[in-house]
Amino acid sequence: MKRFLPYIVLVLAGLWLASSWVTPKPKPGDFDLRTFSRLPVLVGGRVKPLDTVARNSLLIMRGKQTLRLEGGVKMEASRWLADVLFNASVADRYPVFAVHNQEVLGMLGMPQADKRYCTFEELRPYLEKIDEEGKASADMEAAQRTPFQTAIYNLRNALVLYQRLGCSVQPEKATRFADEIETYAKAVATASSSLKPGAPPAEKDQLALLKTSVARYESQSQNAYMLAVVPAAGGQVADWLTVGGALIRVDSPQSIPASVAAFVDLGDAFRAGDHAAFARAASEYAGWLGIEQPALAGRSAYEWRFNHMEPFYQSMVLYVAAFLLACTSWLVCPQGLRKTAFLLLLLALAVHSFGMFSRMYLQGRPPVTNLYSSAIFVGWGAVLIGLVLERIFRDGIGAACAGMVGFITLIIAHHLGSSGDTLEMMQAVLDSNIWLATHVVVITAGYSAMFLAGFLAIAYVVLGFFTRLLTRETAQKLGRMVYGVVCFATLFSFVGTVLGGIWADQSWGRFWGWDPKENGALLIVLWCALILHARWGGFIRQRGLMAMAIFGNAITAFSWFGVNMLGVGLHSYGFMDKAFPWLLGFVISQGLLVVLTRLPASCWRSFRNAEPRDAKAAGFEVAS
Amino acid sequence: MMRVLNRLLEGISSLRLTIFGLSAALVLVFAGTLAQVRFGLFFIQEEYFQSWFVWWSSSPDSFRIPVFPGGHLIGAVLLVNLIAAHIRRFSWTWKKFGIQLTHLGLIIMLAGGLATDLFSVSSYMRLKEGETKNYSEDSMRVELAVVDLSDADTDQVTAVPGDVLADGGSITDESLPFRMMVRSFYRNSELKMTGEGAGASVPASSKGTGARISVKPVPRATKMNDRDVMSAVLEIIPEKGGVSLGTWLVSDAMAAPQNFEVDGRQWSIQLRPARYYKPYSMTLKDFTHEVYPGTQIPKNFSSTINLADDVNHERRQVLIYMNHPLRYLGDTYYQSGFEPDNSGTVLQVVRNPSYQAPYIACVIVSIGLIFQFTFHLTGFARRIKPVASK
Repeated sequence: MKRFLPYIVLVLAGLWLASSWVTPKPKPGDFDLRTFSRLPVLVGGRVKPLDTVARNSLLIMRGKQTLRLEGGVKMEASRWLADVLFNASVADRYPVFAVHNQEVLGMLGMPQADKRYCTFEELRPYLEKIDEEGKASADMEAAQRTPFQTAIYNLRNALVLYQRLGCSVQPEKATRFADEIETYAKAVATASSSLKPGAPPAEKDQLALLKTSVARYESQSQNAYMLAVVPAAGGQVADWLTVGGALIRVDSPQSIPASVAAFVDLGDAFRAGDHAAFARAASEYAGWLGIEQPALAGRSAYEWRFNHMEPFYQSMVLYVAAFLLACTSWLVCPQGLRKTAFLLLLLALAVHSFGMFSRMYLQGRPPVTNLYSSAIFVGWGAVLIGLVLERIFRDGIGAACAGMVGFITLIIAHHLGSSGDTLEMMQAVLDSNIWLATHVVVITAGYSAMFLAGFLAIAYVVLGFFTRLLTRETAQKLGRMVYGVVCFATLFSFVGTVLGGIWADQSWGRFWGWDPKENGALLIVLWCALILHARWGGFIRQRGLMAMAIFGNAITAFSWFGVNMLGVGLHSYGFMDKAFPWLLGFVISQGLLVVLTRLPASCWRSFRNAEPRDAKAAGFEVAS
Repeated sequence: MMRVLNRLLEGISSLRLTIFGLSAALVLVFAGTLAQVRFGLFFIQEEYFQSWFVWWSSSPDSFRIPVFPGGHLIGAVLLVNLIAAHIRRFSWTWKKFGIQLTHLGLIIMLAGGLATDLFSVSSYMRLKEGETKNYSEDSMRVELAVVDLSDADTDQVTAVPGDVLADGGSITDESLPFRMMVRSFYRNSELKMTGEGAGASVPASSKGTGARISVKPVPRATKMNDRDVMSAVLEIIPEKGGVSLGTWLVSDAMAAPQNFEVDGRQWSIQLRPARYYKPYSMTLKDFTHEVYPGTQIPKNFSSTINLADDVNHERRQVLIYMNHPLRYLGDTYYQSGFEPDNSGTVLQVVRNPSYQAPYIACVIVSIGLIFQFTFHLTGFARRIKPVASK
């Protein structure tokens, strides 16, 4: 039984993963949102499925990817989006606007609760006021805003997004849109035939209709959040149009683009509550896409699946499980549990890798393009190194640290991803796959190694200080592990930093400019050099190495996030301010751990009764 | 004597000094990074990183005391330490080969960095579409350009560096039939039309545009995109006769040159960004600014330039865009910015004689580190085997 335990657990975990692959078919009495939410649109310069648009919009408005209605009923993002696109009067009564700020709630005349989700209906009377206050905050620098101003600024952005979403596929207050555009297209056809020589002149009311329609479609086109009209076969990204933009180009009823017709049909069926017609329209349009733009349709469907699998959430759960199993293995059933932890980690890394490579495929970029993806990659790299260490040393420590770092970095990524699309397009200066693949990846791998070394050192302190598990042999092993990983960190950090300098020389004309992000990278390199030289010179022993590796966590965290919070310099593409207390807390916690390493052997449970030579090997002063 | 020398060499090549230098560098970089929030990137770069000492003073005018070694001092100490250690401990063994190589690369990098700090010059070339220029402009330094306009075909320019104005006194030159006395000088200033705003304002000068403008000294600019507005009031005194032509205000904030006449010849003076003339000229044919469809996110900026070099008989069209600079006769041109209405381009022009140092150093250090760690790792794996098989 014991022999099979690891494999049984692995199979169970595999089954749990597989369950997310299966997505239930729409029930007979329901809309086919599965096909609908796979349809591609162009938002933010990138083709993505409606599902992604729905999730990211909800994330921006209410901080979650799903909607919870009053009474606790959960609503899928894609269902909500269908209401927003086709049935505004219903969507206006969903509580989607999160308001946290007391003053804002006061301004809206609402009871001052911790947090409230408002509906568009509730906010409607205050739109002008919110717009005015929000605009005033928009002119200020992010760091200068008061909490009220930040809140009102965010609320205004959410409202703008909501209203732009609402007029994405049809103009405002379009009830019988199918008839409307048919009349319009006919009018265009007659008007253009009247221009031919000898033809009778166009009628006045026809021309008036054309004039108002074109104005209406132009305004829709300007406000539309998405470009929903897919170009026919051979069309490029630049050929996408808004519904309004496509309608202006129409010259006869036959030339109405397939995408416009599809969204018209979908809208009519949705409003009429006709499930069968909705499903038919969605699958017909999907079929047309499969023929005209198979690559686009395929990628959009892939992203839809990626969204539904939530690979980073899954690997996060597996990392926690592996961490707990590895820790337990020091107390009971060492062989079996350790092996289980190792296998679970392998599985978690596989899922993590799947998520990361999926993102690379969808974006067509190397793995790290923004702060969010850097967190994903830092965890991935650290787990990989941790697994190698576990394979060599087979003592559960590498596995425990890998699980811990994997879990923490994915949590960080989760929070970094709450501001919208994490697969955004790259600013011009960053648009270089070669440098993203070399400089950014190498320097981020350096962060991975630094954090893994730091967490191995934390394991040393926690095991040694609070338990009696840190034997002479384990302590020595940990010493070697930390030293080896710091060597890796030095290599990656140094090469990554210099590559960054070379990139800067290529694009800005200077190798080094003392920009905060550059300084942060330099701090890591200097710290690594300091650790290695101090060890080579015999200035530090085992405990000293651990202390320095732990403080390396603080330095790496500062370099990773701290410098972005300063808000100066050229690398401010990842500005964030909410995380400052967390960063400070982390740095303080690392400082406390360093203090622990300085305490005498009598405070350490593992060394209290140790032989003098063991204590001495760990770097304690021993009276002989 | 030899023993003292030996002790000295031991001291400057010691690991203790390395540790000291690295620690100092760590503190300096950290403190400098935080200080940038308040004082700006450029100011801190000068005060902390490109200096021998970091100075402290209670107020701008009082005496200063050095509180910490600056970037140049720490870099120099580490460089000397590195070279000394290299000489003293050099031995030709495979075990040490990686370390030696790494440190050799570091020496090249530090020396190259120092050379860049000392010798590299960075300037800008702003071109409107269709415009041709044969000079670039310094973004930090200004010069007083005195132009002899008497020849209709060519202008004879005498350029006085801004720092000379700062020294004050009298400015003379063989080519000029007049002296310029610096009556007042402002490192950073604010100009106002007289009669504007509250309070009585005194005109800055008796002649020229300055007769309608008042100048006020303001603290030096520290923000990222701010720069000082240098101004000076000059009195122009012809060498012949010595009758003053009155005082003239020159300022970085005044776009147009001011004209006057001496000895029947027309002259103009203007304080402007310092210019670096090139033996070739560049014409902007086209500037494009692409964005991602449906967004405002910039996708690419590019400038199509006609390069004309009569000396070397080069005439060609070049495309400069993000991450793809033009290197020509020791100058490197980077796509840096653009005019707000996309009608022109801003190219950054860098002349850095040691720009290759980091490239070479990077390769050497990488090889060194990889060699050392693989060497170490194979030994490490060999030692670990018995443990693993238990």
